[in-house]
Amino acid sequence: MSPLDRIANVSLLKQHEVDKLYKVENKPVVSTSDQLCFLVRPRIRNVKYIADVVHADKAAGRSRKYKIIFSPQKFYACEMVLEEEGIYGDVTCDEWSFYLLPLDDDLVSMELPEFFRDYFLEGDHRWINTVARALQLLSSLYGPFAKTYGIGRCAKMAYELWRELEEEVEGDSQARRPEIGHIFFVDRDMDYVTVLCSQVVYEGLVDDTFRIKCGSVDFGPDITSGDRSIKLLLNAQDKVFAEIRNEHFTNVFGFLSQKARNLQAQYDRRRGMDIKQMKNFVSQELKGLKQEHRLLSLHIGACESIMKKKTKQDFQELIKTEHSLLEGFDIRESASFIEEHIDRQVSPIESLRLMCLLSITENGLIPKDYRSLKTQYLQSYGPEHLLTFHNLKRIGLLTEQSPGETFTAVESKVSRLVTDRAAGKLPDAFNSLARKSNFRGISKKLGLIPRVDGEYNLKMPRDMAYVFSGAYVPLSCKIIEQVLERRSWLGLEEVVRLLNGNEFAVTDPAVEDNPTWESQRVILVVFLGGCTFSEISALRFLGKEKGFRFIFLTTAITSSARMMEAMTETKA
Amino acid sequence: MSRARADEDEYWHSSKCRAFTFDDDDDELCQLKESKRAVNSLRDIVDDDDDLERVSWSGEPVGSISWSIKETASSSISPPEGSLQKGSSSYAALPKQASSYSLSSFFKGRNKLGSFQSLSDALSDAGVKSYAPELRRPKADYKDYSSDWSPKDTIRRMQRGKVCSLERFRSLQEKLMLLDEAVAVHDGNVITAVLIFLKRTLKKEILFHELEVRQVALRHLIHFLRESGEQKLLLDLFRFLDRTEEVALSQYREHLNIQDADKRKEFLKGCIGLPFSAEDAAHVQDHYTLLERQIIIEANDRHVESSGQSEVFRKYPRKALILNMPLVTTLFYSCFYHYTEAEGTFSSPTNLKKTFKIPDKQYVLTALAARAKLRAWHDVDALFTTKNWLGYTKKRAPIGFHRVVEVLQRNNAPVQVLQEYVRLVEDVDIRLNLATKYKCHDVVIDQIRWKN
Repeated sequence: MSPLDRIANVSLLKQHEVDKLYKVENKPVVSTSDQLCFLVRPRIRNVKYIADVVHADKAAGRSRKYKIIFSPQKFYACEMVLEEEGIYGDVTCDEWSFYLLPLDDDLVSMELPEFFRDYFLEGDHRWINTVARALQLLSSLYGPFAKTYGIGRCAKMAYELWRELEEEVEGDSQARRPEIGHIFFVDRDMDYVTVLCSQVVYEGLVDDTFRIKCGSVDFGPDITSGDRSIKLLLNAQDKVFAEIRNEHFTNVFGFLSQKARNLQAQYDRRRGMDIKQMKNFVSQELKGLKQEHRLLSLHIGACESIMKKKTKQDFQELIKTEHSLLEGFDIRESASFIEEHIDRQVSPIESLRLMCLLSITENGLIPKDYRSLKTQYLQSYGPEHLLTFHNLKRIGLLTEQSPGETFTAVESKVSRLVTDRAAGKLPDAFNSLARKSNFRGISKKLGLIPRVDGEYNLKMPRDMAYVFSGAYVPLSCKIIEQVLERRSWLGLEEVVRLLNGNEFAVTDPAVEDNPTWESQRVILVVFLGGCTFSEISALRFLGKEKGFRFIFLTTAITSSARMMEAMTETKA
Repeated sequence: MSRARADEDEYWHSSKCRAFTFDDDDDELCQLKESKRAVNSLRDIVDDDDDLERVSWSGEPVGSISWSIKETASSSISPPEGSLQKGSSSYAALPKQASSYSLSSFFKGRNKLGSFQSLSDALSDAGVKSYAPELRRPKADYKDYSSDWSPKDTIRRMQRGKVCSLERFRSLQEKLMLLDEAVAVHDGNVITAVLIFLKRTLKKEILFHELEVRQVALRHLIHFLRESGEQKLLLDLFRFLDRTEEVALSQYREHLNIQDADKRKEFLKGCIGLPFSAEDAAHVQDHYTLLERQIIIEANDRHVESSGQSEVFRKYPRKALILNMPLVTTLFYSCFYHYTEAEGTFSSPTNLKKTFKIPDKQYVLTALAARAKLRAWHDVDALFTTKNWLGYTKKRAPIGFHRVVEVLQRNNAPVQVLQEYVRLVEDVDIRLNLATKYKCHDVVIDQIRWKN
């Protein structure tokens, strides 16, 4: 429902004679209208729901008109279900090619959170075409892109598919001067570590604490210090937010209180004003001040709420554990902390996240830990999570170290492996899409853990590690930085190998690569599987440092909680 | 002018090579017409199809066995791009009329419908006159009235969202070409569509066998079967692939759909024998045992609660059912409402500890939380008090005492109680920290005194 909110709200729909809006859930539709329109994603369960509605109507003797609008496109499987359910002739189908939702000046989302699970867990390629079309759209508006970089299997497929689409559409796009010069594809599974870390930049914290949906957040009465909740749009238009969003949390409070003081001073000016000045003040400035005041109080309220939550949760100890895992020290202590976290039933999602972080950084849990932590998790949070663990194993987020045997990555050219039936019996090499993590090796090669003498300066950060309090430079961002610096993958061969290959760099010979053009500094980063606010903040920082401008295209905004939720099996 | 005219005429009429004029009195033309008329009349009398031997380019007489064998062989080598409506068997029975091979058709043209022309041909170009001998059936015979796209082209069209009938791809080879092409273009929507078609038109063993060596397509099928709820076929697939664990887990997953506790319990019982890994089998067994216990406890407690006889139930009425709760939550519940019960009963904490092999750490933590909530400080003490061999009591905990303090504090324990446990915190710094935080002045004073 939320992307729709950004386009047309209820009043607008009502103007167009929409009587009522329902969410597609497992509930029957009670309505007197004789036309029902369904706006759904092309999933079989949605079509089955619609079929139930139609059948219920038929059984009750009601005749209605039904229209289904599939967004962003209709899938053949949906048509099959319509046919099977015998309602193919009763409904009309349409497609709404809604690919891109701009969330901010530099952030575009495809609002496809299902991409992550569908591709990385289930191995389903259904959305790759969607991404290609979105790229085609962007390219037609802002391209053509001179240089393409990418890393990851999905990245490669999306790129190839996109190129094919471009080739079909013969345009005179060369004549136009592009606004974006480069494009960089990143698969989510290149870097799970960053997603699993606790976020400490303001926007990330707001997301982790309140869950930002489609660029807006719901603040409850405890934050608005009123009796209503407020839905706040969080983007660059919010002047207060724009200044603090990328800041480390420790700076935010200071900034906000400074701003509050300034605001107070502005208000106080009116004491010494005469009528004319007052009139001027009221007409010109008051509105702006009022708005700023409102925003300030909301953000201060949010900060307070965040702080309260974090102190309750032993945030300090949590961060210490995370940093230990990232650096590779005190692993046993970290494992104990996690065990206790589970025992205390603190939070199923948090416990899972920590286990995954331990697994990814250590290339899998030692069998003893895996068994005992899994047992304790099932005891603390429910036995049905057996299925969750199976999912996590399949996707490679939470695995067990196999003694001696190296974990083979599954390549798409499986045929040569499969001829040997015995190979098929290798435990997880087949039915999992997972790759070996190699985090420590990569971390060392890329210098992801900064060596600092003394305290890391969070007020004037000198590198992207500030988004994790100086403990860790996000891997995905570091790769982007390195490749852009070298303008190729040269010198990164070892790292690429540890990342399991699939890197590419293509220069489009047809496109002029004029170094004086503004567009050469603009890079479109495409995250396949989601990106976090921390990564966005880090890259914005990088952009400022190096004179780039990053535009982000993501299949959806993600976070550790969203990722864990996607892996949890709650119902069949 | 007239003179030229006359000359022309004379020229034309006098030349040796007589051009055609419309004059009927031309002998040669008359002769031609005559013979034509004769031939035509002959046809009416004679069934010339019998007399004429139709011969294919290879020399075999059309209609002979050798000819028909050759025809079948050639048609199977290069598969027709459309389906042959009546099948190639129709070649064996050669119809009398409308064969392109007869001499009569030279003049007649193919305007009569034969038995092996497809319906689509009847709809299109029914009156087409063909004056050249044709040796193979023309492409039009194989065509559906829509175009005949190759597998590759079909996939391309499907990528663009066009409606394509896959029905004409009847050979296994073509079907696999279709599938491989779909995989090559990385479009999951198309891959699934092709799989839906294959699933309908291939025996499952054949399909499964082919998918074994096509991992990408295999994953799509698994995902599709899961989404459309075709549990049986999914399990067959896993069994075929020898993925016994997946068989077990897929069946186990179904329990989430069963809301009724008793039915779910029975279902879980059925899951116990499934081919899980050893550890998972133990977990599933525990799941069953737990739900079984919960059902008994729930029934019992509901009775006790409604009777109003138990104080703890009266003071702290239950807010939720214990059914389907995790084990630790159940333990907490048991420590809360059934703490003093003997080990023999299903609802006693010690019974739970024993049955599910709950480690000490977990047990103590949970019991602490429950008793602290009830403000039963003596019980809390008893948890940590042990007698050493000399008979002295001593407090020990499998969890850090700072955790104990935390739990006590959360439940607003009185300062004296808090103080006692703060004193027991091993780490000096943490101890001081906590003491200050929770205003345990005695402890603070002791600390400072000790330091000095």
